[in-house]
Amino acid sequence: MTSRSLQSARRGPTAAAAVLAVLATLLLGGCAVEPWVKPYERDRIADPIMSWDRDPVSSAYLHHVYEAREGARGATGSAGGGCGCN
Amino acid sequence: MAAISRGSLPRRAAAVLAACAAALSCAVRAGVLPEDRADLLYHSYDGGGVTIDGPSLLVRKQFADKFSASANYYVDRVTSASIDVVTTASPYTEERTQYSLGLDYLHDRWLLNLGYTSSEENDYSASTFSVGVSQDFFGDLTTLSLGYSLGKDEVGRRGDSIFKDTVERQQYRIGLSQILTRNLIVGLSFETITDEGFLNNPYRQVRYIDETSPLGYAYEPEVYPRTRTSDAAAFRLRYHLPYRAALHGEYRWYTDSWDIGADTFELGYTHPLDGGWILEAKVRLYSQTAASFYEDLFPRSRFQNFMARDKELSTFDSRTIRIGASYDVLRGGWKFVDRGTVNIAYDRIRFDYKDFRDLRVTGVPPGQEPLYGFDANVVQVFVSFWF
Repeated sequence: MTSRSLQSARRGPTAAAAVLAVLATLLLGGCAVEPWVKPYERDRIADPIMSWDRDPVSSAYLHHVYEAREGARGATGSAGGGCGCN
Repeated sequence: MAAISRGSLPRRAAAVLAACAAALSCAVRAGVLPEDRADLLYHSYDGGGVTIDGPSLLVRKQFADKFSASANYYVDRVTSASIDVVTTASPYTEERTQYSLGLDYLHDRWLLNLGYTSSEENDYSASTFSVGVSQDFFGDLTTLSLGYSLGKDEVGRRGDSIFKDTVERQQYRIGLSQILTRNLIVGLSFETITDEGFLNNPYRQVRYIDETSPLGYAYEPEVYPRTRTSDAAAFRLRYHLPYRAALHGEYRWYTDSWDIGADTFELGYTHPLDGGWILEAKVRLYSQTAASFYEDLFPRSRFQNFMARDKELSTFDSRTIRIGASYDVLRGGWKFVDRGTVNIAYDRIRFDYKDFRDLRVTGVPPGQEPLYGFDANVVQVFVSFWF
């Protein structure tokens, strides 16, 4: 492995760890935050056309198509949910 | 290199999991189980001399109030006369069958999921276990999810009963979904994947300059490193327009220990119509740089320790245009079915390689052949039922 590749392999995780640390801090510090979008204001977010993954059987297939033909992989899903309308 | 990869990954994964575990401790609202649903899909891929088609059946059902089980049966029927095959081997057909089982468990404020996938073909078998957890925060404005997968593959080679090797794969995932306004939802996801074992295709070959050959070049087997670690991070958003339609965008950043770097952009539009129709259009742009040990033409045999001529590891870009339509066929329900849809999607993908040459062209000096490129047509037709 070249020194350049080692550097690039290390840069990503370091940056990601920093982002995660900030994220965790924000989440922990914000536990008492009042929801700024009220449940009765989530009709548009709840619309099926706003779903991250409306048809999982189809998106799983297409991810497979790309992963078989491209070098990149991962981070194709989302956290799911988030609608908060149930 | 293996020692470096193994040494850095656990530290990274531990940092990710520690941050997530801390964040999970302030949950305020429960999640929900996935909907009961069945999908039957026919898929078809045709491009670059390769045709692949087959069915996919996915069924999901809740039980005992707190559980949801899912099962997927998927088949790839492959007929390949790809450029690699026509230049270094013989066209072939094969079939890959994959079974997946999943279980979701909703407990208090946690949604836990377990999964198992098994894939079989005549020279490769793979098994993957996965576990994940997700939780909502801030009055359900935020959803955080964590996941881990462990895969064990067995690699064989047709016509060679002695060759047998393995691959172990671990995946660490974290995702965040956030409602920002009443019209806008954004998502962040990060995934680290590490592989160890036999990572190259046992049939593919590299070419090198050989002045004794009539073509001016000859072939020998590829040799890949036995480890690979990759990181991918994605940002995505969906925006509800002032009228009933949605825009979505996505960017994914990728890097790995083989020096491949990639960027992916997506922009899409979803538009419902009266009468139960939903129309969809999307553009996707992808570009990547080559692996450090990739060459289209090596100067000599065994030029370096690791050598690849797999076009998926070359410098290239791809562009996709997608159109799709969904029609609601059972809006009033029928017997135990609440609703159903009929769906079709068509993706046209163009691949343009920057340092992979078309060896079907002869009569030119080695390394002067035209660059390779092809179009692929991907069709999906499926029906979905909710019950």
